Amino acid sequence: MNKRVLVADDEPNILISLEFLMKREGWQVSVARDGHEALEAIRRDRPDLVLLDVMMPLKNGYEVCAAVRADEALAGVKILMLTAKGRDTDVAHGLGVGADAYMTKPFSTKELAARVREMLESGG
Amino acid sequence: MKVDARELVAALAPGALLAVVLAAAVALVAATLEPAERATLVALVEPRLALVVMLWFVVAIGAGVALHRAWLHFGAAPGRLGEDLQVLLKSGVDRELPATGSAGSRALAAGVNALVRQRAELRADIEVRVLEASREVEQERNRLAALMAELTQSVVVCNLDGRILLFNARARLQFRALGGAPALGGAEPLALGRSIYAALDRQLVAHALESVQQRLLRGVAHPSAQFVTTTRGGQLLRVQLAPVRAPAGEGGPPIAGFVLMLDNITRDFADESERDRLLQQFTDASRASLGNLQAAVELLEMPELDAPTRERFQGVVRDEATAMARRIQELASHTTQTLRTRWPLEDMLGADLVEAARRRIEATAGCRTDAPEVDTALWLRVDSYSLIQALAYLAGRLVEEHGVKLLQLRLQPAGERAQLDLLWIGHGLSNETVVAWEIDPLRVGAETSALTLRDVVERHGGAFWFERERQRHAAFFRFLLPLAAEAAEPLGAELVVRSDSRPEFYDFDLFEAPAPARELAERRLVDLSYTVFDTETTGLDPSGGDEILQIGATRIVAGKLRRQDCFEQLVDPQRGIPAASIPIHGIEPAMVAGQPTIDAVLPAFHAFAQDTVLVAHNAAFDMRFLQLKEERTGLRFEQPVLDTLLLSAVVHPQQASHRLEAIAERLGVAVLGRHTALGDAMVTAEIFLKMIPLLEAQGIHTLGQALAAAQRTYYARVAY
Repeated sequence: MNKRVLVADDEPNILISLEFLMKREGWQVSVARDGHEALEAIRRDRPDLVLLDVMMPLKNGYEVCAAVRADEALAGVKILMLTAKGRDTDVAHGLGVGADAYMTKPFSTKELAARVREMLESGG
Repeated sequence: MKVDARELVAALAPGALLAVVLAAAVALVAATLEPAERATLVALVEPRLALVVMLWFVVAIGAGVALHRAWLHFGAAPGRLGEDLQVLLKSGVDRELPATGSAGSRALAAGVNALVRQRAELRADIEVRVLEASREVEQERNRLAALMAELTQSVVVCNLDGRILLFNARARLQFRALGGAPALGGAEPLALGRSIYAALDRQLVAHALESVQQRLLRGVAHPSAQFVTTTRGGQLLRVQLAPVRAPAGEGGPPIAGFVLMLDNITRDFADESERDRLLQQFTDASRASLGNLQAAVELLEMPELDAPTRERFQGVVRDEATAMARRIQELASHTTQTLRTRWPLEDMLGADLVEAARRRIEATAGCRTDAPEVDTALWLRVDSYSLIQALAYLAGRLVEEHGVKLLQLRLQPAGERAQLDLLWIGHGLSNETVVAWEIDPLRVGAETSALTLRDVVERHGGAFWFERERQRHAAFFRFLLPLAAEAAEPLGAELVVRSDSRPEFYDFDLFEAPAPARELAERRLVDLSYTVFDTETTGLDPSGGDEILQIGATRIVAGKLRRQDCFEQLVDPQRGIPAASIPIHGIEPAMVAGQPTIDAVLPAFHAFAQDTVLVAHNAAFDMRFLQLKEERTGLRFEQPVLDTLLLSAVVHPQQASHRLEAIAERLGVAVLGRHTALGDAMVTAEIFLKMIPLLEAQGIHTLGQALAAAQRTYYARVAY
């Protein structure tokens, strides 16, 4: 069965690239444009992996990530934080609230695709 | 004249001895004779008895005189010398002793005289050295005071208890600025002998002191500590604390006090935070943009893209490229702006800058200058080097290209800024010339600078233009320059007010902190701090509705009157002022209109008088007014109170009058400005200072003793 990936980012300019990339990789893709929408989508659809931006309106990525990790039922959801906040403290923050991986913009699409594949396949 | 008993004995002894010998001889001869022979002898001698007595008398007088002389010569002279010696030892008077008596006594006197001379020489020598030493100390103090006064950094020196021993004018201004609104009564936040902890957090200072102490123990060469603190007014202060070491080998604590150097970093800090924030914002935004760009570009390379998708990705690239260009433009403009404003400008007295510029112009441009017109109170915030360079450049071109012979500088305030003008009499310049001069590199003599006039002006965030002054047939260049922020208040003027001597910014005697454990009553009068105060009132009956119109107070710290540390505040009595009382205190109803009420003034006065002994003339009267307000304001004046009226009765019990004027006259205190609360408080303070030695002469040394003595006087029984 196709794994499902949720792309959560408020910037349309990256959303279209990520959506296109994930689809091309063969995943089933849905999108969310703010923190609220992202959390609702995760609870509703239980995606296998979320590409989560930090700076989003309504609820930022850290909050979304923490909320997901607080919910036992969502334990299987993998989270890859993908953000422009590149200081080591931001990375630590992201991993601290329970992200499985953290990538800083700008990133290589090839690497991102490989990383997503790796995460989805290792988790079975 | 007192007769020495031994002298009398010496004079009378020979006569007495002879009489005894004669009597013994007669008795002995008589005892061996028969009665008949005795009768014959008596008959024989009796008519010649007068002869025998005369012989005795002559011999007695002769021998008595001789022995008396001998006594004076051999016995009395050493005794007198001994007495004189005691006098010399005890009185400390140096005089030569007369050499009298025997050769031995004379030699003794000569020896003593030699010693006396030697002692006098030694004393003179010591006096000279003490004088020299104290002159050196005085010189060093003056040098230090001058140095401190010139420093642009705030410096405050405290003893270990946090009492202020020294501060400079800069610190005074800075603390005033920190306090926000000026305090009621005009009390200064910084004053000698006051606690620094009124302004700075005690915990922070204690912590810094502790770390300095630890560093001292570790043997660090320059132990000092830093902390940043916010003041009540929300300002940010960076404080550097350095220890004042105690003299070596006294066994006490290694630190005698500390020096605080303060910087107001509120603006620097805000600038820096803003810069950091912008940089962070820029980095984050650029990362996002680059991320979007990279993703789009990489996906564009994929062969299977259809035309609409390709078009969308290209749109992303165009969009992000534009956004990035805009962001960089913004950052660049902000950077140049901050670079300009961040040029290190220094605070400088305007008159100094003008004088320096004038000298430079005369030296380089080869023309004369008129005496400058300068507002001497102005402090500027300038880069003096480049500004003087600019003035000399303008002067040089005026002389060279337009034949100007006489120039004048003028400095005046202009709102929040100052205007510095370079004037000359004669024809003006065209706009084109002025613009050209503005953008040419500064050239003074053979030196050419990389800067232009415009750069210099921008560096100061100021402005520059050319103007004509028609009525004087003159023309001038005008620079608008920033004022120094904290020195905007004129410094010179208020220092001379109420001060005939030099301002009291330091007093190192305060280093000798009194042992804090001692009971107040046991402390010596000379060691205590006092608030000497006086009130002017609407009348004499506080319980009958009379109110305070004015409170004036000054302080005595370490045995000196601190004229600058004073409190003076008019009070709205919230009632009418009886016309009959106005000639006494001179306070008209219009003067108290709009003044604070006693409810606001009393807390300020209470704070001013904190930790001191109160002194007033006829204190019972003033205290009654204060006490009647205790309930309403919740403030109690619980410190001991000394009354100069009662103390005067203690030191001069025979005098009829103990009015302030009478005491002042008696003690030689000049009475100036009486019947203002502050004027009277100053007179009272001077009288009190003169009374302290008089009280000591009566054995009254401590506060407790003074209070008890005052209590005992007759006047103490008078109650209001």
